[in-house]
Amino acid sequence: MKLTLKIWRQKNAKAAGGFVTYQMNDVSPEMAFLEMLDALNKKLVEEDKEPIAFDHDCREGICGSCGMYINGHPHGPVPAITTCHLSMRFFKDGETVWIEPWRAKPFPVIRDLIVDRTAFDKIQFAGGFISINTGGAPEANLIPVKKEDSDNAFDSAVCVGCGACVAACKNASAMLFVSAKISQFALLPQGRIEARDRVRSMVEKMDELGFGNCSNTGACEAECPKEIKISNIARLNREFYKAY
Amino acid sequence: MAQLNAKIPEGPLAQKWTKYKASVKLVNPANKKKLEIIIVGTGLSGAGAASALGELGYSVKSFCYQDSPRRAHSVAAQGGINAAKNYQNDGDSIYRLFYDMIKGGDYRAREGNVYRAAEVSNQVIDHFTALGVPFARDYGGTLDTRSFGGVQVSRTFYSSGQTGQQCLLGAYSSLNRQIKKGNVTLYPRREMLDLVLIDGKARGIITRNLITGEIERHSAHAVILATGGYGTIYYLSTLAVNSNPSAAWKAHKKGAFFANPSFIQIHPTSVPQLNEFQSKLTLMSESLRNDGRMWVPKTKGDKRPANDIPEDERDYYLERRYPTFGNLVPRDVASRATKERCDAGFGVGETGLAVNLDFRDSIKKLGKKVIASRYGNLFHMYKTITGIDPFEEPMRIYPAGHYTMGGLWVDYELMTTIPGLFAIGESNFSDHGANRLGASSLMQASGDGYFIIPVTINNYLSDEIRTGKISTDRAEFEAAEKDSVERINKLMSIKGKQNASSFHKKLGKVMWDYCGMVRNEEGLKKALVLIEELRKEFWSDLNIPGTEAELNQELEKAGRVADYFEVAELLVTDALNRKESCGAHFREEYQTADGEAMRNDENFSYVAAWEYKGAGEPHILHKEELHFEEVEVKVRSYK
Ligand SMILES: Cc1cc2nc3c(=O)[nH]c(=O)nc-3n(C[C@H](O)[C@H](O)[C@H](O)COP(=O)(O)OP(=O)(O)OC[C@H]3O[C@@H](n4cnc5c(N)ncnc54)[C@H](O)[C@@H]3O)c2cc1C
Ligand code: FES
Repeated sequence: MKLTLKIWRQKNAKAAGGFVTYQMNDVSPEMAFLEMLDALNKKLVEEDKEPIAFDHDCREGICGSCGMYINGHPHGPVPAITTCHLSMRFFKDGETVWIEPWRAKPFPVIRDLIVDRTAFDKIQFAGGFISINTGGAPEANLIPVKKEDSDNAFDSAVCVGCGACVAACKNASAMLFVSAKISQFALLPQGRIEARDRVRSMVEKMDELGFGNCSNTGACEAECPKEIKISNIARLNREFYKAY
Repeated sequence: MAQLNAKIPEGPLAQKWTKYKASVKLVNPANKKKLEIIIVGTGLSGAGAASALGELGYSVKSFCYQDSPRRAHSVAAQGGINAAKNYQNDGDSIYRLFYDMIKGGDYRAREGNVYRAAEVSNQVIDHFTALGVPFARDYGGTLDTRSFGGVQVSRTFYSSGQTGQQCLLGAYSSLNRQIKKGNVTLYPRREMLDLVLIDGKARGIITRNLITGEIERHSAHAVILATGGYGTIYYLSTLAVNSNPSAAWKAHKKGAFFANPSFIQIHPTSVPQLNEFQSKLTLMSESLRNDGRMWVPKTKGDKRPANDIPEDERDYYLERRYPTFGNLVPRDVASRATKERCDAGFGVGETGLAVNLDFRDSIKKLGKKVIASRYGNLFHMYKTITGIDPFEEPMRIYPAGHYTMGGLWVDYELMTTIPGLFAIGESNFSDHGANRLGASSLMQASGDGYFIIPVTINNYLSDEIRTGKISTDRAEFEAAEKDSVERINKLMSIKGKQNASSFHKKLGKVMWDYCGMVRNEEGLKKALVLIEELRKEFWSDLNIPGTEAELNQELEKAGRVADYFEVAELLVTDALNRKESCGAHFREEYQTADGEAMRNDENFSYVAAWEYKGAGEPHILHKEELHFEEVEVKVRSYK
């Protein structure tokens, strides 16, 4: 396949960025999207040009490192997958592909397609935990949990922290991300004890870091590679109102 | 010459740890705050250790190369985590878990360490459950388990096919709590470039800030490496693309012995390589072998679609060769049996380098819903990658490099041969002998981090309470920083043509072909020649555009690849030295008539700990003889 790539290049956080056009002449439909970028980078290095910087690590959809807008969609046009799982078989010969970093104020660009997502960690530092010291836990089966609750908690806990929800939202809201953690713990008896403080601290931190409000458009749910449901946000709201 | 002392406590096996804990020196809570500990790595072992040591009141500095600790490769573990809870009443016990690991490791691990790993396994499950890790549950609300290879009990706790993710997020949450309290300071996007020794003790590290390119000095009273495995030596592996051996290797060059480097596990079930551009191999969890049956056609070169091949024309080769364990034989055995069938021409798919993993019978028996609840995300992932639906057709799978049993040599206290330098998790060598059993690594990494190092490190730190803060202005830091800068400059100035990955790929192929699932003397010797050739090419034809004073992923990669060459050489040297077949190390010269591994206990019942003697100098071998007091050393059989 022949593809025209329009890729956002930006030297560092302060520099101005812009799109640069690259021609790819032998893209195989069997390649993964990131492998296509690897091939481009190999070529660039051979021409002594600076390769495109992008975050990636596990390349199997679980670490949450990768993430970019591809043709206007976080993680590309295929639903429910991360960028590293996107295959080139979803693109057509001759197509022009636009590749950009997450665009959200709380995620400043570091270089090219890499953004700073430490704001997510800061929200988790604020309250994303259950306070139990090592050695202080009771025997595991002394905390029975209804299978249904446990399964639902798991469904919320599969968030990989990639930031696609924020990137998809016109307000750069982090509600889906925060609600996934709040829900996981709210559904488990272990998590109930600190539920009130947790929701307050995490929401407060989220606001402080400049994430916007949720206006219920549902773009986050539609673009989430792990299919985290927007019903988590409803639960977050309930938990939040209960806490005051 | 340095003597190896494993410091295994005296007394009966089952009481060693209890006795050790009762007699270990402690540090007064008031003094803990004054003592600094560097922990490199935020996987289960590193995040666990940072949390537990932070809780105790030590001042902890935690490093990782990713942007967030939550992305350490522990996150990718799928199948599960073992514990000797015996919730199923199927005869499990700490002793049985210990025994399974010793046997599974083909009698090349230390009894004392393995028993302790089994002993703390139950606490690990209690702790994760309390942290809110959503393990799978039964309808009554209690925890569910499943079976893994190489054992006959059901002791594996799991969260669908994402157990590593859930456990790591649990560990990340406990780390976050300590960060909030100020007991742990986090340094993400940092790569450790060197270890700093002062008066022979580990006192700090040199790092590169991966965003700014700045070279930084960090000091501490002790350093813990929790930097994971080096399975990426094969280029294609189930590890993260950026996983690397560099931190451990730098420590090795500063005096830490490297043990059993050639013991690398090749996992039997990974999505096969589909094309030449491929950058990694995706694991299909071992848990799938609970319900999936591995087979190839009975006729060579049978190219019919799998579903068109009738039952009596299928060769369920694991069930045929190993009737007792069937599809649940350990990984090394399953991988070799698969390779044997493919080499003999019975492989399936375009390349013939694949076999079927078939769920047809289980779906018929249990229904699609049950199978989906057990492996939903794995089936989804397989379909995403290959376009094939495992509910309709068998998966095609092939072995892939996966786990390094070898690593830094440590004693019972998890201290390396450098005083004050500890190694935990996959980065050490201690618990899995020559082959690791499934679901025992999450268990070991978590046990090391949460429950073992927080006890054993006190013995060392109790002598450090009068040391005072260690200044990074000292000459030793200056010298280490200079070395790091010089090496970076050297890499930057080559100005050749090829990128670092191209070299990594070529090296990976050499290692896979000559030092992979099967090895022989001729091939290993050839590998040494090829590695040297490639290394020369690397140092003359590498190109890194850009500068070192900015984010530069090519430079990061190049530094790692430069180390890979050296690691590869030692790995092959170790494989050459070990003239026996044991666990994952299979030397063609040493096998039984029916193709099973032939150990040589008389000459090789030892841990091979290698000492670095300088560039271009041969490594020196130190032997730690293994003594089996509790188990009878037998021929490992799964037939
Ligand atoms: C695909 C896959 C599936 C698996 N499934 C299972 C399973 O089901 N059950 C099981 O028990 N085991 C499984 N394993 C094995 C298990 O996941 C690992 O052995 C274990 O998680 C390793 O944990 P760790 O803490 O030692 O290291 P890791 O989790 O690998 O963490 C390494 C850390 O070190 C840091 N680091 C490395 N080098 C540097 C450096 N130079 N500078 C700074 N930081 C550095 C990284 O940033 C990272 O934080 C699996 C492994 C893989 C690859
Ligand atoms: S690289 Fe890990 S999720 Fe994509």
